[in-house]
Formats: sequence, C-alpha cells, structure tokens
Amino acid sequence: MIWLEKRPAPSRTWSAASPIVAVFLTLIAGGIMFAILGKNPFEALRTIFWDPLFHEQFASFSRPQLLVKAGPLILIAIGLSFGFRAGIWNIGAEGQYIMGAIVGAAVGLALYPSESVLIFPLMVVAGALGGWAWAMIPGLLKVRFGTNEILVSLMLVYVAENILASAAVGWLKNPDGAGFPGSRNLSQWEASANPELIAGTGAHWGVMAAVIAVVFAYVVFTKHILGFHIRLSGEAPRAARFAGVNPNLLVLVCLGLSGALAGLAGLFEVTGPAGQIGIDFNVGYGFTAIIVAFLGRLHPIGILLAGLLMALTYIGGELASFMLSIPGAAIQAFQGMLLFFLLGVDVATHYRVRFGRKGVA
Amino acid sequence: MDLSSINWLLLLASLMVAATPILLAAIGELVVEKAGVLNLGVEGMMIMGAVCGFIIAVETGSAPLGFVAAAAGGALLSMLFGVLTQFLMSNQVATGLALTLFGLGLSALMGQGYIGIKAPGIGKLDLGPLSDLPVLGTILFRHDAMVYVSIAIVIAVWAFLKFTRGGLILRAVGESHDAAHALGYNVIRVRLMAIAFGGGCAGLGGAYLSLVRVPSWTEGMTAGAGWIALAIVVFASWKAGRIIVGAYLFGGITVLQLNLQAAGAKIPVEVLSMSPYLITIIVLVVISADRKRAAHNAPADLGKSFHASH
Repeated sequence: MIWLEKRPAPSRTWSAASPIVAVFLTLIAGGIMFAILGKNPFEALRTIFWDPLFHEQFASFSRPQLLVKAGPLILIAIGLSFGFRAGIWNIGAEGQYIMGAIVGAAVGLALYPSESVLIFPLMVVAGALGGWAWAMIPGLLKVRFGTNEILVSLMLVYVAENILASAAVGWLKNPDGAGFPGSRNLSQWEASANPELIAGTGAHWGVMAAVIAVVFAYVVFTKHILGFHIRLSGEAPRAARFAGVNPNLLVLVCLGLSGALAGLAGLFEVTGPAGQIGIDFNVGYGFTAIIVAFLGRLHPIGILLAGLLMALTYIGGELASFMLSIPGAAIQAFQGMLLFFLLGVDVATHYRVRFGRKGVA
Repeated sequence: MDLSSINWLLLLASLMVAATPILLAAIGELVVEKAGVLNLGVEGMMIMGAVCGFIIAVETGSAPLGFVAAAAGGALLSMLFGVLTQFLMSNQVATGLALTLFGLGLSALMGQGYIGIKAPGIGKLDLGPLSDLPVLGTILFRHDAMVYVSIAIVIAVWAFLKFTRGGLILRAVGESHDAAHALGYNVIRVRLMAIAFGGGCAGLGGAYLSLVRVPSWTEGMTAGAGWIALAIVVFASWKAGRIIVGAYLFGGITVLQLNLQAAGAKIPVEVLSMSPYLITIIVLVVISADRKRAAHNAPADLGKSFHASH
C-alpha cells in the first residue's frame, strides 16, 4: 500500500527539483500528445525547444523574440507572486495589462504629435497607474465588503476587453487610418516608441523593467519587512495577525503592485512589439503569467527562468505550427499540462511517499 | 431606440434558454462546494463538455448522445482535479485555474475540424395542451428537454441535500472533514464523487451552449460563463433553490442586453456586452457586504485539503 506522510518541514531539495521533474514529465506527455496528433514527437519537441535558439535559418529571427515574449510574462508573474504568496489571488492580470496599455496609450496620444523626451516616461507612469487602478477595484471591494477578489478580478478582464474594443474602433482610433480599427502606431512615433535597446537581442524597456522587477522582488522577499509579512500571511495567517500585520493593507499592496506591473507590461507592449491599440491586442500573457509564477515557485529567480522557458514554448509553438502544422492550441494545452504536473509533483515537497503498511500511530 | 420592437414574450422565453448553461454549471459547483471543495475549473470543464458534446453529436447525428458524452467529458476532466487535490493535496485554487487553462487549450485542439459546422437539432419537447396555453405556454412550455432536465437536476440536488442521508454526509464532509472522518466516512471518496458530479453538470452546461444555444463550435465559446456560474453559487448563498433565481436573473440580463443591441439602443455595444460581468460584480458586492451572513452560509471547510494523519 502507498501512503503519504507529512514532512515536519517542506523539503528544500524537492522544492527546487519539482519544476525540473514537472518539465520532464510534460515533455513525455507532450510527446505522446503530438504522437496522437500524428506528428513525430521527437521532431515536434526539437522544433519547439531547440530550433528557436539554434536552427541555422530561423534562430536569427526567433532568438530576439525570446526576450520580447519573456519580458511581459516575467513582469506580470513577479507582480502576481506577491499576492499568491500571501494567499491573495489576482487572476485578472490580463485585464490590468489591457488597462495599462489603454491608459498609457491614451495619455501619449493626447500629446500627439508633439516631440518631447518626457512623453514616454509620462506614458510609463500612466500605464502603471492604469493597471494599478484596475487592480484596486477588486482590492477595495475585498477590503471594504469582503468580496471575493478571484471572481471580481476575473470579471474585470471581460470588462477591460470590451473597453479595449471600444477604444480600438472608437475613441482611440487613428484619425488618419482610413477607417481601419486600431490606434496610431506608437512604435513609429519617436516620442512614444519603445525600441530595441541592444540590436539583435529583442531587449526593449519592458525587458529592462522585468529585470529590475526581479531584483526588486528578490530584495523585498529576502531583506524587507514587507516580504516577511507577505510570506507570514500566506503560511501562517493567524501568526501574522498576532505579529501585527494589517491584512487589509496587505491586500491593497499586493493587488496594487501586481496591477501596476501588469499595467507596465501592457504599456511596454503597446509602445513596442504590438505598436498600437487594436482589438486583438491582448494575447493571454496575463493568464500564462499565472503558470509562470507557479512554475517559478513564486521565487523571483525561478520566475525569471520560468518566464524564459514559457516564452520559448510560445516561439517554438509558432515555429511548430509553421513548419509541422501543429495547431497553436496544442501549445496552450501543453502549457496547461505543465502546470498540472508541477502541482502534482509538488506533493513530494510537503509529503514523504511511504510504501507498506501504516504503523500504529 | 425602439423598445416596442422587442418582443417581451419571446424575451422571457429565451431567458430560460440563456440561463440553462449557467444553471447547470452552478448547480454542479454547488454540490462540489457543499462537499468542501472549491473547483475554479468550471470554465475549463464547461468548454470540454461543449467540444465533446459537439463532436459526438455531429459524428453520431444525435444530440442526446452528445449530452451524454459532454457529461462524461466534463466528469473525466474534473477527475484530473480530483486526483490532484484529493490524493496529491495540491492547492485547490491553483489546480482549478490550471484546469481552466488546460481545458481551454485542449478543447481548441479537439475542436479544430469542427469549426463552422451546425449541430444536429435537439427538437422542442411537445407538452401537448400546456404548450398551447396563451402567454405561459410560450414562456414556460415550448423549450427543449434540457431546460426541464436542468430544473429537474436542481430539484433533485435540493431534495438530496435536504432530505437524504447521503446529502447529510456530503454536508458533514464540507462543514468539518475531521469530524466526518472520525465518524468513519470516507472524506476523499465523498469529495471525489461530488467533484465528478460537478464536472458532469458543467459538461452538460457547456454542451447546451454548443448544441442548443449557439449552436455551433467556436474556440473559447464559453466566454466566462463558468466564472459567472461560480459567482452564482456565492450569490445563492450555497442554497439550491436560489441557484435558479440567480441563473435566471443573469439569463435575463444577457437576453435583455442582446435584445437592446439588436433594437439599436443608444447605449454603446461594448457597454451592453460588458453589462453581465459588471452586474455580476455588483451582485457579489451586495451579497458579501452582509459579512456575517456570507460567512455563515459558506461550508466551513471550503477549500481546505484533507489529510488523514492516522
């Protein structure tokens, strides 16, 4: 008989090893999925994980894409990790990402076509504020009325998508755009452009912000009292109350921080890779970032690595759909599978697997 | 705007059709939460039901078979959640989210070859003289069988929870798994059965979307219905009867905003299409504002993992 025995303390070895085991198991399960789809599993996995970085023909194009995709994922996931560690579940990062982009772009476009070096920083601040304000809605409702933040933040994603649609076809539409939906192109207007900073790497301001966020989160979690309070609230809420942690303040700080970072990610995306506010501006970074946060064990360095890996599956997925005609949805299922395996393997962190009969307690 | 162009009789009739998917998903989730499990994967199970039901219905040409397949598909996916949360003690919130993300991806993959096909019809139920009643006949008695099945399920769940021994055990497991365990009930088994029932109901709800309401398959077609179902469970304060009220209220809002769009209301389309979500938030706030009552009604062990130490 197999049974589980609770460990006195979480295993450090398994805590670090479980993401790796999960990735490995996902590769096997993914290979089986591709085989069922009638593709050569080895070729498919090589196309997804190897070719984007090392293929002689495609790598030069797809390698910079790695940072372009990883930037927003890491930025959002770092923000989410604050709340998730404290047991505050912001799953509406997609909405905050959209609102950051809309508010930032609106501020920029209000100043069009003037040229000033101050416009871009102003837009960055506006983007962060947009995401922050959108996250404050579930935050304030939770603090004031005890409303479930999971449901409210998620509902606000659909609201934000509708605001995005009305912005793209209405009040932010490019007046010189011959009637096509979508705003002016922000990446082509020098004052608002978020260009590649180092040629050939794909690193734009959003990637820089992601790196800064990783360092910031690392310092907060290891050195600052806020990080301690967040961890304490997540692991021992009762102890946190005795230690004088204000739970309401923590809700607002965690949600606000994740909203602001998601808003920043949206702003850097709309001024850089996306270029404009369009109907299909959001591509699900806010949801994938949830996987990134968990895969990275809610740890800043882990999130950095997980973000890069998840970005690789995006690019590799595009390559695989282009070269092997593997449908894009397969990659989405693949990413979901990864999270499942991770959550399953995680049992080893908190429990010891025992074989044989249970002893008398 | 021309309000008179809206046929209020037909609007009330289509309200029941619009409400049925969320009604089914919500009553399933109610049973799950009553057993003390918070499954946030309703959206994923619904969309799996939608695609499974659609594929089987198209392949066999039979809508009823499609519904059976949808329930099986939803229940099967929910067992993934069940194994992870009950045996491997994973975090229920995270696992539920994973279920939704995975379900959306897998359903899109499965439904690839079925985009743009029309589902086989399910046919209206002939209720004889009842259907011919003026006004009431149009509103209540001219629907397909699933509308009545969904109401029957709600009544059955209500009776099960209130009057049967099984219902009492299920509620005991949700209120205090340690006490139920000490009394000799198998907490994990009860919870697994509840999760499977919830998955099956969510699957039926999804299939109602793809087979009756729309009726065709598109990626991500549930568009948040599963999340609204979760909100309705909170709105209903975990009481089966109020699930009907909640679901029909939201069905009504959905139908009304669609009718207003069609009637060319002066309100922007985007405002109308975001209204169901906004109203969900407002309702959640109103319900949770009465803190004492909200906390009193929720099952005490909701969302907690159970591990029998000996």
